[in-house]
Amino acid sequence: MPRVTFTANIQRHVECPPVDVSGATVRAVLEQVFAQNPRARSYVLDDQGALRHHMQVFVGGAQLRDRAGLSDAVPAGAEVYVMQALSGG
Amino acid sequence: MSETFLVATKKGLFTVRQGREKRWSIARRQFLGDHTALVSGDPRSGWWYVCFEHGHFGPKIMRSKNQGETWEETKKPEYPPRPEGVKDVDPMRGTEIPWSVQRVWALECGTVRKPGRLWLGCIPGGLFRSDDGGDSWELVRSLWDHPDRKRWMGGGADMAGIHSICVDPRDDRHVLVAVSCGGIWRTRDEGASWTVSSKGLIARYMPPDQQMDEVMQDPHRMVQCDARPEVLWIQHHNGIFHSTDNAQSWSEIKQAGPSTFGFGVAVSPRDPNTAWFIPAQKDEHRIPVDGRVVVTRTRDGGKSFEELRRGLPQQDAYDLVYRHAFDVDESGEQLAFGSTTGSLYVSNDGGDGWQCLGEHLPPVDAVRFV
Repeated sequence: MPRVTFTANIQRHVECPPVDVSGATVRAVLEQVFAQNPRARSYVLDDQGALRHHMQVFVGGAQLRDRAGLSDAVPAGAEVYVMQALSGG
Repeated sequence: MSETFLVATKKGLFTVRQGREKRWSIARRQFLGDHTALVSGDPRSGWWYVCFEHGHFGPKIMRSKNQGETWEETKKPEYPPRPEGVKDVDPMRGTEIPWSVQRVWALECGTVRKPGRLWLGCIPGGLFRSDDGGDSWELVRSLWDHPDRKRWMGGGADMAGIHSICVDPRDDRHVLVAVSCGGIWRTRDEGASWTVSSKGLIARYMPPDQQMDEVMQDPHRMVQCDARPEVLWIQHHNGIFHSTDNAQSWSEIKQAGPSTFGFGVAVSPRDPNTAWFIPAQKDEHRIPVDGRVVVTRTRDGGKSFEELRRGLPQQDAYDLVYRHAFDVDESGEQLAFGSTTGSLYVSNDGGDGWQCLGEHLPPVDAVRFV
């Protein structure tokens, strides 16, 4: 099962502990996470379900390529990191 | 008279309370490090609302039902799915308009006859309505889908937004909103239909033949007199405008102290002829004229203005006051404003004199009496 881990900086707004979920794409994996933790959704995705402009997702060490569709494949057992971009102030 | 106002800053929310001998002081600091961009209070319920701009995590709304003791996150308004193939482009920049809330830019409540009714304006220019105090929101499609909405354009922001909402205290169905840049819009049927209501506003940044185009206008802030709702005031990109006929028409006020440029405006809730402005050197500079902070006040409907300076810095002051960072309480006697350089001032006497509450706060986005 893929394991999803969130940036430490999101934790003071909404608690997002590491979680093991099923799913073959980033979309499927994140939908599983948000089904368990609905408040986290709008912190990561925008109103259209795309990755927020200043967020980033890594799958097995590679940066997400499909930021709108989240169709990147997630191999079984992959580590998925939901991180924030180095931007803002 | 209000004894509390809230200050939303780039790095947290401050609650300011009045103490003995009417001296004000900062009583509470919350959300330090977070960008609180807008604040509003609902006098019907006593609830407070704070709108955040988390740079990475997007806009959020928190609500307090106990005057700021505790806060809960409420549902954020969301645009509906954007239909396949729909093009939505800012005409000024040619850039795509996201169907996603970038910033909550206005939050106002309805009257006592509509408890729970809230109106919320956004960048991009969506208007949302709630009938349950913010537990749920619905996009006002009639305005979002209006053909002229496609002509709205960004000004200081990258795309157009709704920053002022005036709900008619006599009639909940009658609402005016101000759009930068898109003019003034009116509904008389609770948002079912809309017409532009910017007649008389002048956009000098446009070519001559388009300067009176009602949709091309950039009102920076619009306010309405509670006691005489047919009277409204606008601080516009190109000056000060005044309406005494329910926004059917607007007339320009050409002289008002050192400048007619600025962002904030306040009108007395009790006297439609009394209004205040905080002028700045016009648009290409956006600093106080001669480095001196001044509040201008008219008591005769704009025929004449006084320059109020007592207690305000008069040398090397480069404070700019944003559109939501200036407010008057329900008495019309207490005013407060905060600036981009982290200064905060309050007046107990209609602006005659000002008490400084801080010169090193984070940049101030919004000030609101509650």
